[in-house]
This record gives sequence, structure tokens and C-alpha cells, in this order.
Amino acid sequence: MLIAMAPETGVATARFESLLRLSDSTLILAQRLAEWCGKAPALEEDIALSNVALDLIGQTRLWLAYAGETEGAGRTEDQLAYLRDAHDFRNLLLVEQPNGNYADTIVRQFYFDAWHYPLLQTLARSTDQRIAGIAAKAVKEVAYHLRRSGDLVVRMGDGTADSHAKTQAAADKLWMYTGEMFERDGVDDAMIAQGMAGDAGALREPWLAHVREVFAEATLTLPAPEAWMQTGGRRGRHTENLGYILAEMQFLQRAYPGAQW
Amino acid sequence: MSKEWPLWEVFIRSQHGLAHKHVGSVHAPDAEMALNNARDVCTRRNEGVSIWVVKAADITASSPGDKGPLFEPANSKVYRHPTFFPMPEEVKNL
Repeated sequence: MLIAMAPETGVATARFESLLRLSDSTLILAQRLAEWCGKAPALEEDIALSNVALDLIGQTRLWLAYAGETEGAGRTEDQLAYLRDAHDFRNLLLVEQPNGNYADTIVRQFYFDAWHYPLLQTLARSTDQRIAGIAAKAVKEVAYHLRRSGDLVVRMGDGTADSHAKTQAAADKLWMYTGEMFERDGVDDAMIAQGMAGDAGALREPWLAHVREVFAEATLTLPAPEAWMQTGGRRGRHTENLGYILAEMQFLQRAYPGAQW
Repeated sequence: MSKEWPLWEVFIRSQHGLAHKHVGSVHAPDAEMALNNARDVCTRRNEGVSIWVVKAADITASSPGDKGPLFEPANSKVYRHPTFFPMPEEVKNL
């Protein structure tokens, strides 16, 4: 797909796709976390989760605004967030998985944070100054997200028999959605060739080591690294969950186009 | 074991050079998480540069009933305020 285009167009297209992969993962995860608002297990957790969600929304805005400029079709961050359909979303399948119980939510967050943090560190060295700037700002927020989610995984895994069982079940259930984080395709190749992004595949071993370490402390069993993995989110093929998320998230703009407040 | 997390009092220093000031309380199972929760609940609007958390149970407070014996004797001793003393003319700034 990229080969047939002029080099600049190819790079711009790859960058647009690549930015959507970042923005859509943070956006959909934030939307999921926001579902907990008002009903988390403790008031402090409720506020903490909303804080994380708001951090991610802030990052989403920066990524989407740049994606819109890169595309050059005049789409704003809001239009990109609220007026695209599921097959145009490029988020990881992991982040669209249901909140489930609190262990499901926290393990999903930990898997994501443990990848998101080193990814942003890599992107902070991007040759694209805008990407480097956004990543450098986001990485400080995500350092805290990771500290928090890792801490909670240890507490729940090494907590009561019940919390251990639930956390282990969450770890096993969500495992097959983690392979996608380390994939590499033509879009990534183009970004890497320009020095605008790093190779996500190189993050896999450190990610595994990190998860293994936290799971050991949490007395959890690490699922088999070579297990079969789901794929497709980064190319717009999603689980049925995404449609429901978008239906709720986009309702207002779909029902009342251009509504503002 | 109580199902409720213990209460922690939160103190925040708003900027370097100032003292920590009590801002509220949070629930948490231990000190580390109390610190995290205090960060999430009390510093969302850039309020501080440092946080202290103290178990509420570890704070010994004066009893409201002791107000009389503790504080009233000071009411009649205005000479304890520095403003009570006349300043020499030569001293400009003190």
C-alpha cells in the first residue's frame, strides 16, 4: 500500500496511521476507565482511576490533533474521536476488553502501562519533534500509572485467596491480547526507517521481564509467553466490544452533530 | 480484621520553604498506598511539592473540653506578643 505512493505521502500516511494507533489505545482505555467513575471499590480508587483516564484523554488529544494535521484533510481531534467508526479505530484489542471485576481492570492496566511506559521513552527520542515532545510529556504521567497498577497487582495477587484467584484469572484471560503490542508491519517499518518510532518488538523482552518480576512478587503464575495471541486491532479489526464503547462515547455527536457546550 | 481501610491524615507542602499543612484525609491499607491516594485525591490541581501521611490513630489531639485550662490563661498575657514592646526610633525594619 505504501510502496505505490510518493515517498512523502507514504511517510505521512504511515505517521497518520501510527498516531491513530497511539491515540486510539489511550482514548478507548480512558473511556473504559471512565466507566468506573462513581462506582469503584473505594472513593480513593475512584478518583485515582479517573485521574489516569484524564491523563490518557489529555494524551489522546495531543496525538489526535497531530494526526489530523498529518492527514491534512481538516479533521480536528474531536472529529477523529467522535466521527470514526469501529473499523477506522486502531487501538489495541487489550484496551477495549470489558472492565470486568477490579482485578480485570487493574491487570489490563498493568499489561498496558508496562508497555506504554517504555514505548513513550522510545518515542521521546523520535526524530519527529512533535512526537518526541508529546511522548516526553506523557511519559511522566505514565510512570505514575505503571507504579500504581503494578503495586495493585502485587496487592491483589498476594492478597486474600479470593483476590489471588481473581487476579490470576484476569492475568490468564487477558494474556492473549498482549501479543499485539509488539507487532510490526509496514506502517511501523516506515516509521522506524524515518527514525520517528522505535521497534516495538524490541520492547517485548523487557516487558516480559517486568511482568515476570511483578507477578513473582504477586505470587501469580506468568501465562506461557509463546501462547497464541489475538491480533487485528491495529489494523481496524476489533472485538465486538468496541462497537458498544463507541455507541456510548459517540452518541452525543452522532445524535446532535456539532453540538458544543 | 476490619473491612474498612484505616484513615490517614494528609499534609501537603505547597511550595519550598513553607511548612506542611493539613489538607484532609484518605483511606488506605498502608503508608505507601496512603501516599498514592493522597497524591490522587489532594494534589490534582498542582497543590504541592511534598506530601506527608500520618495514621489518624497515631495523632494525639487535645480534648475540646480542655480548651479552658489550655488556652484561656494566655488571653490575659498580651505582653507575650512582640508588638507589646515599644520600638526604638532608630530601628527601621524589624
